[in-house]
Amino acid sequence: MRQETLTSPLATESTPKGSVSVEGISMIFSRQGRSIEVLDSINLLIKPGELVCLLGPSGCGKSTLLNIIAGFIKPTAGYVMVDQHQVKTPGADRGFVFQQYSLLPWKTTFQNVEFGLKIKGIPKSEREDMVGEYLNLVGLGKYRNAYPSQLSGGMQQRASIVRALVNSPSVLLMDEPFAALDAQTRHMMQELLLNIWSTLKTTVIFVTHDIEEAIFLGDRIFVMGVQPGRIKAEIGIPLDRPRHVDDMLSPEFTQLNRQA
Amino acid sequence: MASILPQSRVRTNGLPPLTRLYQTLQTIFFSGRSVRRLTALILFFGIWQILCMIGFKFFINFQLIPSPWEVLNATVDFFLSDPWVHIRSSVVRVLVGFAVASVLGVALGILIGWFQIAEDLLMPSLELLRPIPAVAWIPLAILMFPNAETGMIYITFIGAFFPILISTIQAVENILHDIVLIRVGQCLGASQWHVFKDIVIPGALPGIAGGLTIGMGNAWFCLVTAEILAGRYGVGYVTWESYVTSNYPPIVMGMLLIGLMGAFSSWAVGHGTAALMPWRVNKKQDA
Repeated sequence: MRQETLTSPLATESTPKGSVSVEGISMIFSRQGRSIEVLDSINLLIKPGELVCLLGPSGCGKSTLLNIIAGFIKPTAGYVMVDQHQVKTPGADRGFVFQQYSLLPWKTTFQNVEFGLKIKGIPKSEREDMVGEYLNLVGLGKYRNAYPSQLSGGMQQRASIVRALVNSPSVLLMDEPFAALDAQTRHMMQELLLNIWSTLKTTVIFVTHDIEEAIFLGDRIFVMGVQPGRIKAEIGIPLDRPRHVDDMLSPEFTQLNRQA
Repeated sequence: MASILPQSRVRTNGLPPLTRLYQTLQTIFFSGRSVRRLTALILFFGIWQILCMIGFKFFINFQLIPSPWEVLNATVDFFLSDPWVHIRSSVVRVLVGFAVASVLGVALGILIGWFQIAEDLLMPSLELLRPIPAVAWIPLAILMFPNAETGMIYITFIGAFFPILISTIQAVENILHDIVLIRVGQCLGASQWHVFKDIVIPGALPGIAGGLTIGMGNAWFCLVTAEILAGRYGVGYVTWESYVTSNYPPIVMGMLLIGLMGAFSSWAVGHGTAALMPWRVNKKQDA
């Protein structure tokens, strides 16, 4: 995977888009008459092309925050702006990669990745080219006609990532996308993600509970605390890029790990 | 036979004929599925024949039951005296009833599964009608329809309609509960129409297919009931008529014939719908 050289399918498109600002987001769920404060006035400012990680234990509301940015759920207070547009509903400008395998079982790999473009009404020949290019980008060119049930977990998540990216979203939202994979595949996927990201320069918000994953991937990490979910700390990651899995053994990495 | 024995062909080269025969027999009985099924059928009819011949009587009484041999004779008689008019009449009634039930059941099922208002408006009366058995509809079928033929089709329709309707409603509701798949569509910018066409319908298809298979079987199930209304033709009519005239072998023949046609059409529906779902790979446990 590491040897793969990537050519950008979007080399022509270079307008800096993908700024995300989260303004005073609070979220209160009420369950059986009791109200639970999940998020308490969260503020984030993410620059175009940045890869930030939301790190925290389960139940800290990091996935809820991501779902709010995606527009799947409405916050109790506050708002989210993506490229100066307020988020009100889910939309194709915010790609989403789910924790669960979420390819549509009745579509082939190709059809799954093609789906967003089809919705946009992009002509067939163009779709063909774009999807083919993106599938090659993640090494799935040979599996274009396979159904999801015939793919491994890692392959399914790679297809999910390009399904989101092929629409050239302003921001890619990733909700613990590698949590269900085995350690080896997970490391491969992390490197692959960094590879793609360094090529496309899409803003990425990556939710994880894994400290090492957050340090390895992120430009910045927002550490969240539990009940109510708050940003406890913001850590800049000064590690050089491109990063490799071996970097996780460096003293610098260990230092950051302790800090987080 | 060779096609089901690819391995044994390779293995048996150069062995003495008796060993080869033994291995062939072994392969047939332990790996040939069609042979296994045939053996099961032969055993079924064989045991039935024996029970009739010995006049088995212990709680269940076989003394007056026609034996397979008598049924076979009745079947030969039936097929020698223009059987096709009976078979054709029955097949047409079942297929028309099933077709109407499929169209209405799937369409209403999707509406009820998708729109709250459709559920509120339609479900109460449908739930009220659902438990009514087909046989109870006979008097009303006579009153409601212009002729016996449409009445009979209505009764096979009743049999097929409710399983198809309920399965479709359930299937649509299940897929709407799958929040991740719906969100996948939403974050790709899908409109309601796209969610419906590319996510809900294919996702509901396995459930709908199950309803269609059960509905097909139920339409046959209701055939004898329906053909009580028949004047002259129909396999169900022959069965009912033989009962009225106390001629027992044709009853069993009619039952088996209905069973056979029902099994075949359910199989056809199962395979037809499976062809619509190439993504589904069934792998069952080996015995």
